[in-house]
Amino acid sequence: MRPSRAIDVSTGLFVLLGLVAIVFLVTQISNREFSLTETSFRLNAQFENIGGLKTGAPVKMAGVTIGRVETISYDMQLLKAIVTMRIDKRYDQIPTDSDASIFTAGLLGGQYIGISPGGTEEYFKDGDQVAFVQDAIVLENLISKYLFSQADKETAAKAEAAAATTPATPAKE
Amino acid sequence: MTLIHELLEGMQDFLARAGAMTRFFVRVLLISPAGFLRPRLVIDQVYNAGALSLVIIMTSGLFVGMVMGLQGYDLLSRIGSEDSLGTGAALTLLKELGPVVTALLFAGRAGTALASEIGLMRATDQLSAMEIMAVDPMKRVVLPRFLGGVISMPLLTGIFVAVSLYGVQLIGVQYFGIDQGQFWSEMRSAVDIEDVREGLIKGLVFGVACSLIAVFEGYNAEPTAEGVGRATTRTVVVSAVTTLVLDYIVTAILL
Repeated sequence: MRPSRAIDVSTGLFVLLGLVAIVFLVTQISNREFSLTETSFRLNAQFENIGGLKTGAPVKMAGVTIGRVETISYDMQLLKAIVTMRIDKRYDQIPTDSDASIFTAGLLGGQYIGISPGGTEEYFKDGDQVAFVQDAIVLENLISKYLFSQADKETAAKAEAAAATTPATPAKE
Repeated sequence: MTLIHELLEGMQDFLARAGAMTRFFVRVLLISPAGFLRPRLVIDQVYNAGALSLVIIMTSGLFVGMVMGLQGYDLLSRIGSEDSLGTGAALTLLKELGPVVTALLFAGRAGTALASEIGLMRATDQLSAMEIMAVDPMKRVVLPRFLGGVISMPLLTGIFVAVSLYGVQLIGVQYFGIDQGQFWSEMRSAVDIEDVREGLIKGLVFGVACSLIAVFEGYNAEPTAEGVGRATTRTVVVSAVTTLVLDYIVTAILL
């Protein structure tokens, strides 16, 4: 065996390398943002329908990720979904009349919350509620709406055609 | 008739071995606090099992990553989504390939070394000599080696995955020219902390299993040259099969 000091040094190096690798995996590869001090604030929003929104989904302003969805719950009194967002402290000047909408990234991508800024000089503080919201657009609802409207049009057209032909028939007799 | 008889006997042998190993495991666990009394011995074994496996783990990791880069790029470019190479590679490596390949390499590099070392101690009556001197060979020989392996495996898994990801990046970004920012940001948004945890838990579980098998086979080796050789072979075979079976079980539990 090698002298004990050489063993110590290489063992230490090995353990250090292992820990660095694990820290690298935890902080750089995964989407967990670690911070020792509180560098973010929370915003709440109530939605009628959140579609496929999940915790951890990004909150974006003009396409820039400014935070993440922290929790999603359902309020039995309001009968609405309550979404809590964690916004980075750097973006602390969001006007209070801004609105939050749930968008889909791409046609089939994941859903995220987009905030479009309003115009007042008052800014959101920790724990504030976003007053103006727009629900998720559920693709199936859109399709069914379109299909039913088509069907309605067709029945209406048929009824019209029938109404137009019925008075004509007795005249022929 | 003889066939059935042999089959039954084989099953009985298997059960007896599994039972003996479980008893051995419990014994090791019961004396494991003694490891803290002699940390020096454990550190030496972390060196033996971990630091000496570093080169083989890093080399294999780099090449596994590079192959994943090539194959993954080829596969993904057929469906036109090369940018998710980072995501796919990171998830595969973290959750599956990293811990399993590390465990197989660990069994081959460290497990055989442990088994043959302890087996040779048994064959040359060193273990009996210790007993005569009132030194418990379980505490003095088996436990430090077991703990060294258990400590080393998660660390080796982490190193393996990190080096492999570097290999993937080398092929995907440097060679094929995937956008660097997209590669990393897609990976980061898709990989959760749970995935990292799953990989490390697997590394720990495989570390316990492979180390236990190695020290068990070495400790119970027949005290002959042939017996030591057989114990070493069996260590690799049993470790590999156990790792793959445990991998299924752990995955099923964690998913």
